[in-house]
Order: sequence, then structure tokens, then C-alpha cells
Amino acid sequence: MVNMIKRLFLKIGEINRRYREPRIEMSLGVRASLLILRIYLLFLVGIMFYKFVLLLK
Amino acid sequence: MSLFAKIYYQIKKYWKVVKLYLILAGPGLVVMVADNDAGGITTYAATGAKYGYNLIWFLLILIPVAYYVQEMTVRLGAVTKRGHAEAIFDGFGAFWGWFSLIDLMLVDWLTLVTEFIGMTASLKIFGVPPWLTVAGVVTLMGIIVLNGRYWTWEKIALLFCALNLIYIPGAFMVEPSWHDILHEGLIPNFPGGFNGQLFFFLMANIGTTIAPWMLFFQQSAVVDKGMHEKDIPWGKFDTLLGSVITVVVAIFIVIVTGTVLTGVDIESASQAAEQLMISDRYIGTFMAIGLFDAGLLGAICISLASSWAFGEIFGWAHSLNQKIKEAPWFYISYFFTLVTAGLVVLIPGAPLVLITLFVQVIAVTLLPAALVFLILLLNDKQTMGGYCNTAWQNLIGGGIVLTIVILSSLYGISVMFPNLF
Repeated sequence: MVNMIKRLFLKIGEINRRYREPRIEMSLGVRASLLILRIYLLFLVGIMFYKFVLLLK
Repeated sequence: MSLFAKIYYQIKKYWKVVKLYLILAGPGLVVMVADNDAGGITTYAATGAKYGYNLIWFLLILIPVAYYVQEMTVRLGAVTKRGHAEAIFDGFGAFWGWFSLIDLMLVDWLTLVTEFIGMTASLKIFGVPPWLTVAGVVTLMGIIVLNGRYWTWEKIALLFCALNLIYIPGAFMVEPSWHDILHEGLIPNFPGGFNGQLFFFLMANIGTTIAPWMLFFQQSAVVDKGMHEKDIPWGKFDTLLGSVITVVVAIFIVIVTGTVLTGVDIESASQAAEQLMISDRYIGTFMAIGLFDAGLLGAICISLASSWAFGEIFGWAHSLNQKIKEAPWFYISYFFTLVTAGLVVLIPGAPLVLITLFVQVIAVTLLPAALVFLILLLNDKQTMGGYCNTAWQNLIGGGIVLTIVILSSLYGISVMFPNLF
């Protein structure tokens, strides 16, 4: 079991190394799209967190 | 050449084209019909019961929407020979890759739970206990995938797609007024004015037409089927046909509930089937069988979408053409997702309604990301070459994506805060 988890983490490390650099050229348009996506996702996660807090109350 | 020879030659020519299509048909048709899953059937049944035939025009608009989004996955899969998860990892790096993969895994698993909710509820109408439904479905799906060929799996899936058409005779049996359908349904209108509730229904219909798992599923299916660039036109046609069929089925569901259950608040498709049983036993039975089939078809595709994505990223063998010994992790992840989702439904007092709502919210977080990545990947000239998006395709695709992102976000927010709109 421990060996399996170890192997899994090694594999994840290998995947992270393999895909460290994005292959698509990071033009201004691509950068802007990804930035907007990050902001959007943070906003959505924020709303979900707010809802969770409301539910707890 | 005699007339008979000419006719014979023409028939032979067209038959050859049909035969070629039958070989290449599959991913587009399966993914689009499977889109009418248990959640989708519930949405359409509720739409018909609430607004009658008045929103049929809106469903028709969803044909090009579904087509333009899904055809991009055909081109991407056929050109790159990579699934959507791998394409995101490769194109945008590990951060966005893991985000998409984990989100996909979560949304797929939760959606699978809702498919089991639909299947157990529909067979409960016939007196089948939920445990037997879950055990039967897992066994059946095991038999379907363990035959070791993508081709066989696809043709069985197409058979279940054909069963989805059961709503069409169902709609004729309720004897609707075709005059009313044409007059109320085809002229754009907002019944009762544009209010929060109507907006919620419109967004729910969009949400059931484009789902994140569909992008991942179709691209992986195109790769597993072994489609090449030359097959793209057939893949596009397959997707178009699937888009038309899925909306036609949706319209017939609306016609059934719009005729028989007008004004009834529908919370689930099984409730609609039970209500229909009271007015006509056969129509209720059709509805229940259709719901079971929709859940099963959804489950068949969704469980595969996750397993394919994991296989692509972790480098496991991940094809239906491989036997269980050749691709053990692919099948383990497939059955793990399936069995755990089925077991959730059997837990006494499990928060099934909360799960159904949670699916919609989580799907909203993945959908915009997956759509944005799709458009960006289709504009990567280095990889896509001549199959890159044209300016028109970007304009249409970009417009659709932007609209879906805005509406699905509002839908997600309205699910969390129902009194906001």
C-alpha cells in the first residue's frame, strides 16, 4: 500500500515535470484569457465559500 | 447507359456513402443523445409541464449551439490524436491540467450519482428495488465494456440511443394539438413575461445541452475510434445528426408533459412518469423506460470520460480495444467510479437532492474553463494547421462560448441563491 502511494506521488511528480511549460505560445490574447479565467474561478469559489458559510450559520 | 443501369449506379453510390457513414458514425451521435441523461429528461419534463409548448423555439436554437461546440472536439481529436485532458495538460501546463482533471473527476462522479438516482427511481415504479437496479446496471455495463472492442461498445451504445426515441411515439399517443404546437411553440415568446423563474428554466435547458464531460468524452472517443483528418467531415455530420436528434427528443418530451401535465410542478422525471401513469398507463411506462435508458446511456458515457482522461495523463493503457489484462488501471478506475456512485444511492437518507444541485454548481466551474481551452486550442496553428478555427468559426464559437459562460454562471449562482433573480 505504502509502495503504491509512493509510486503514485512519483508519477504525479513526473507528470508535473513533463507538463511544466505550456506548449501553446503565450500571446497577449492567451494570457488575457487565462487571467480572466483565473479571476472568474476565484469569484465563483468565493461565492461557493460564502454560500457554505451561510449554510453553516 | 439505360435508365435502369443509371438508377442502379446511383443507388449503389448512395449505399456506399451510407455504409461509410455507418462505419464512422458513433462518437457524435452517442455523446449528443447521451446528453439527454436523467437530469436532462427531468429538465425537459419540468419545462413542458410548466410552460407547455411555449419554449420549443428555444430548444431549436440549441441545435447549432450544441453542434458548434462539439464539432470542435472532433477536429481537435482527429488532428492531435489526443484526448481533451491531455490536450489541456500539454497546451496550458500542469496547473490548468490538474484543475481540469480533478474538476472533471468530481463532476463526472456526481453526475453519475444523479444517473443512478434516475435509474433507480424509474425502475422503482415497476417495483424493482434500488439495490437490484444498481447491481444489474453495474453488471450490464461490465459486460458491455469487457468485450474488448471499441466498435462493439459503440454499437451497443447506439442501440440504447435508439431506445431514447421512445418519447416520440409517446408524444403521438397523448394526441397533442399540432396546431397549438406550431403556433405556440415555433414563435419566440416568453410565457408570463421574462421573470426569474423563466430565466432559471432557460438556463437549465442550456445547462443540460452542453456539459463539460461531453467535450472530454467526444474527443477521447474520436481518438479511441481511430479517426483521422480525412474523417472530420463525417465526424461533423455525425455530431450534427446527434444535435438534431437530441433536441427532437427533448421537444417530444416537452410535448408529452406539456399536453398531459400542464401546470404541474415537476421535481423529477420519475415523478412525471408516476403522474403520467395515472392518466395513461402506457405513456407513463414509456416515460419510465425512457428515463432508465437516459440514465444508463449517461452512465455508460460519463464513467468512460473519466477513465479515458486518467489514462491519458497517467500514461496507462486506456482503450476499449484493450483487454482487462492489457489496461487494468483503465478498467479499475471505470468500475471504481461506477460502483461507488451506485452505492451512494443505496445509502439510507443520502442527500440526493443536495447532490443533484451540487452537480450543477460544480459543472459551472468546469464548463467555462473547458470551453475557453477548447477555443484557444483550436487557434493553435502549430498543431491544428489547416484545421485551425477560421475567423467566422471563432466569431460563432466565441459568441456561443461567451453566452454559455455568462448564462451557466448565472444558473450556478441562481442554484445557490434561488431568490436572487
